[in-house]
Amino acid sequence: MELVIVNTGCANISSVRFAIERLGYQVAVSDNAAQIQAADKVFLPGVGSANAAMSQIKQKGLVEVVAKLTQPTLGICLGMQLMTKFSDEGNTDCLGVIPTKVNKMLADGLRLPHMGWNQITPVNNNSLFEGIAAGSYFYFVHGFAAPVSEVTLASCEYGQPFSASIGQGNYYGVQFHPERSSEAGARLLANFIQNT
Amino acid sequence: MLARRIIPCLDVKDGKVVKGVKFRNHEIIGDIVPLAAQYAKAGADELVFYDITASSDARVVDKSWVSRIAEVIDIPFCVAGGIKSVEDAGRILEMGADKISVNSPALTNPELITQLHDQYGQQCVVVGIDSYFNEQTGQYQVNQFTGDESRTVVTKWQTLDWVKEVQQRGAGEIVLNCMNQDGVRQGYDIEQLAKVRAACNVPLIASGGAGKMADFSEVFQQADVDGALAASVFHKGIIDMQELKAYLRSEGVAIRA
Repeated sequence: MELVIVNTGCANISSVRFAIERLGYQVAVSDNAAQIQAADKVFLPGVGSANAAMSQIKQKGLVEVVAKLTQPTLGICLGMQLMTKFSDEGNTDCLGVIPTKVNKMLADGLRLPHMGWNQITPVNNNSLFEGIAAGSYFYFVHGFAAPVSEVTLASCEYGQPFSASIGQGNYYGVQFHPERSSEAGARLLANFIQNT
Repeated sequence: MLARRIIPCLDVKDGKVVKGVKFRNHEIIGDIVPLAAQYAKAGADELVFYDITASSDARVVDKSWVSRIAEVIDIPFCVAGGIKSVEDAGRILEMGADKISVNSPALTNPELITQLHDQYGQQCVVVGIDSYFNEQTGQYQVNQFTGDESRTVVTKWQTLDWVKEVQQRGAGEIVLNCMNQDGVRQGYDIEQLAKVRAACNVPLIASGGAGKMADFSEVFQQADVDGALAASVFHKGIIDMQELKAYLRSEGVAIRA
């Protein structure tokens, strides 16, 4: 199986690669359009700000490539946010492959960024969350989030409910960092590779 | 619910994990990578690696251990020590660290915090603060270059002012190391941490003084910190991670299972 991480120039690429390798898979890191399109599964990681990351993807000429993939593709953290139509962070037009948008978290007076381990609740029995019970902890670090909507695959709560995971067609996204979420995170990555 | 974090801190000197008392007399605890893996497996929520020699002796420090840690552990980790520039930080983040923590260099050049925030985002910028309570003056003072006793200086900053300053500059988390308590295992400095908590709108991590399980319960419940950092109680096997987490859950503290 060909696994490719899109080289967005963001900082958590090595962590994602190591997590996939710990599961026993080989994975390539690439910004080559042909190699990304030929992959069986694609990962879109990201940390930092939405506009900086979109600029990177534009600079590399990968906007169309990533937006028109047909194989299962997993956006991680900022990578998930880039899959939506629009992010309030820097008023950024995103890839628009999952019909939702990203807002600044209000968190009802709680401290931001939302940083640490929080519990998620999978909805709709998506195979991405097979074997992951409601109440499982995942590691989050973010200040912006997608609301709960019909594209939500798992929800979380921090002052307000938000999407811990979203999906549409072949595109999946997780707001948390599966590569840093211990056994639950490893299970989610394995589910993505094996089930989707 | 967002869980409170238990964070073992591994002080690193010349590539080995060490621990001193009140920042002195460092003894070697063990090799970094196996210790990191062991803590991740035992249920630590996060790890901090503090390269305590780096800032004070102005040399280029070998950080290749960062990527070796990133390969084996599946929980977040932060690297502190010797990060003087955006480029230094970038190299460590590329090697797989989730956060970088700046302390002495941020005091020399506060603009560094702003630059790190702008380049890598607030979420990965941690500011470490070494705070000393001066009994004579009754003031909390920020110290610099604490990795080397002979070079440690008291800065012009009072702790609460520096806490506010670093937040304005874009810090995403603050680790407050209460120097009077460090390594002596008499409990966290609840009074100081509660004062800093009131001035701190980003996650706050308590450091210095953990000696028994009740100390953790106290610091979460009375100082409302987001995480508690400790070293010797874990390294010396005084507190077992799983027992601690079970105890805290029984005390009503939100803790990851």
